[in-house]
Amino acid sequence: MAHAVPQRPNSSDTAVSRRVQTEGVFRKCDACGESVPVMALRRNLDVCPESGCGHHFQIGALRRVEITVDPDSFRELFGSIEPVDPLEFRARRSYAERLREAQRQTGLKEAVVCGEARIHGQDVVLAVMDCHFISGSMGSVVGEKITRAIEHATAMRRPIVIVCCSGGARMDEGALSLMQMAKTSAALYRHDQAGLACITVLTHPTLAGVSASFAFLGDVIIAEPKAMIGFTGAIVIEQTIKKKLPEGFQEAEFLLEHGQIDMVVERKNMRETLAKLLAFATHKPARRASATAEPIRMEGPEDAAAAQTEDGAIRPQGRAGGPAGRKRTAKQRKE
Amino acid sequence: MAPRPLSSYYLPFEQPLKAFDDRICKLEDLSKQNNMDLGADIAAQVAARERFLVETFSKLSSWERVQVARHVHRPQTADYVELMCEDFIELHGDRAFADDRAILTGFALMDGERFLLMGQHKGRDVHERAVCNFGLPQPEGYRKALWKMRLAEKYQLPIVSLIDTKGAAPDVGAEERGQSQAIAQNLMVMSGLKVPIVCIVIGEGGSGGALAIGVGDRFLIQEYAYFSVISPEGCASILWKDAERKAEAATALKLTASELLKLGIVDEIIPEPLGGAHRDPAAAARTLRATILRHLRELQTVPISQLLEQRYRKLRAIGKYREEVLEHVGAIVAD
Repeated sequence: MAHAVPQRPNSSDTAVSRRVQTEGVFRKCDACGESVPVMALRRNLDVCPESGCGHHFQIGALRRVEITVDPDSFRELFGSIEPVDPLEFRARRSYAERLREAQRQTGLKEAVVCGEARIHGQDVVLAVMDCHFISGSMGSVVGEKITRAIEHATAMRRPIVIVCCSGGARMDEGALSLMQMAKTSAALYRHDQAGLACITVLTHPTLAGVSASFAFLGDVIIAEPKAMIGFTGAIVIEQTIKKKLPEGFQEAEFLLEHGQIDMVVERKNMRETLAKLLAFATHKPARRASATAEPIRMEGPEDAAAAQTEDGAIRPQGRAGGPAGRKRTAKQRKE
Repeated sequence: MAPRPLSSYYLPFEQPLKAFDDRICKLEDLSKQNNMDLGADIAAQVAARERFLVETFSKLSSWERVQVARHVHRPQTADYVELMCEDFIELHGDRAFADDRAILTGFALMDGERFLLMGQHKGRDVHERAVCNFGLPQPEGYRKALWKMRLAEKYQLPIVSLIDTKGAAPDVGAEERGQSQAIAQNLMVMSGLKVPIVCIVIGEGGSGGALAIGVGDRFLIQEYAYFSVISPEGCASILWKDAERKAEAATALKLTASELLKLGIVDEIIPEPLGGAHRDPAAAARTLRATILRHLRELQTVPISQLLEQRYRKLRAIGKYREEVLEHVGAIVAD
């Protein structure tokens, strides 16, 4: 389904080359049907500027990086990992040939770009999928690069932001693709256990093997308007149940209504929203440490329950390092 | 003694077997009714039947193996529970919404070993199949499994997971209630559960819906079971817009036990009786039981921190790719 993006320039995704090639060219909006000048579209972050439309066009990974992170803050990681054809998969065309074509068309080696970046000055590790590369599907390389990005974030004690855009696991690598779901999820488990943040951004489409692994393992899950998100594709469901699907089924707003995601955010507000969330996710609990020490000055009982009743606040136990940690803080205060 | 046909349903390539079974039955009936000694004739037929089975099953195609994995009389989770366990206390419900009968969970006792057993169950007759939704779990099934796995962790019981599903339920309700999230959560939590986990594909290992109870320390597969990123039919309709080319797709996907072993996805193949588990469920269960016990006992000698590290390394290693390790020095193939 993600193949349906027309008029994509063949060369690399740099802003300059694209501007030169596409100057004066119109693109038809899939939602409202209007022809939109490419430059106007680009200025509007590839969102249809027609009044009342606001259709979010699919964008490549590099463009997404450009509009999401602070200028010149992105440094690519793991860019030398390339796909192979482990099953020697042949259909109408060989997988190897399909890979070469996708590489030529997108200028990318695979369907994900990873790196370090800053968002409003905050350090993050970023992984961005590209739906133009074999529908953004996840094979060994996508799984490996996302896993490495997560591990890198864990090691650097930084939050990870993953922008998802994928038709699911890549068929051409068989069960190897399927297992990337487990691999990426295992890495996120360790990241989570280290108390570090993961924010996922679900863009059109986020389906199947990607949806049912890291996409839905975000601490906070954001979606772009109208993005199609789900496990089983709508067509398959319709064929199986032989009934018409509800209006807006599997669209971002539908998921929000059913409690599956935290928010739907327009592209123009995405950077700002990520920055705000990251500030919450990485804030230093400085004031909390001194506040916790308060009851200790009274030389009263040190158990948490008593401490809680002293100031009337309900405070989960062990947040500031337990009673021992508090005692030290109290001593330091005296000195 | 002639093996009475245990299964009255014959797959297309098993048809000659039907002729043998009919003949053997007839000869036995004749000898009984007329008090004739037809022992020699019967023995000859039994030997010929055996030769046919050996020959046919030694060169099954991928698609034929898929058919064996889907055989209506192939033993299922509930059969193995009855055949393998001295005791089984079924535990129901996800504590939130429903008791999904497509996944069976409970405490099992086997040769003194206590563990949590869970598995997908398709149903053995029309009624059971309706109740179990043909073994296609809803999110509640995965959440039930997760709830019981956490209980197993609390009680320090190892987990044995029997995988047998075409996939997760493809319907509106499943999507509304977070099929993706339910699967993703299991993948993540299972990667870090502090008890040994043995996963075994006993029939169909269909995509994310199978993997959702398939992350652990051992990933085993029965001889005629399969594990795949997509069903052969689904793959064929994507590749050739023709589900009837499923046999070609099955070959391309490399989904058989021996191919998965070669790809490093499964750790061990569990042999089945001649002609498949459905020809002798009791024998299949004996082998399965011995295999489970061996792995459980092996894993229980490993300290839990080491076990978790091994589990992570095992998942981490899955995938094939190429990486230029040292730029400027030359490409090194590392997959």
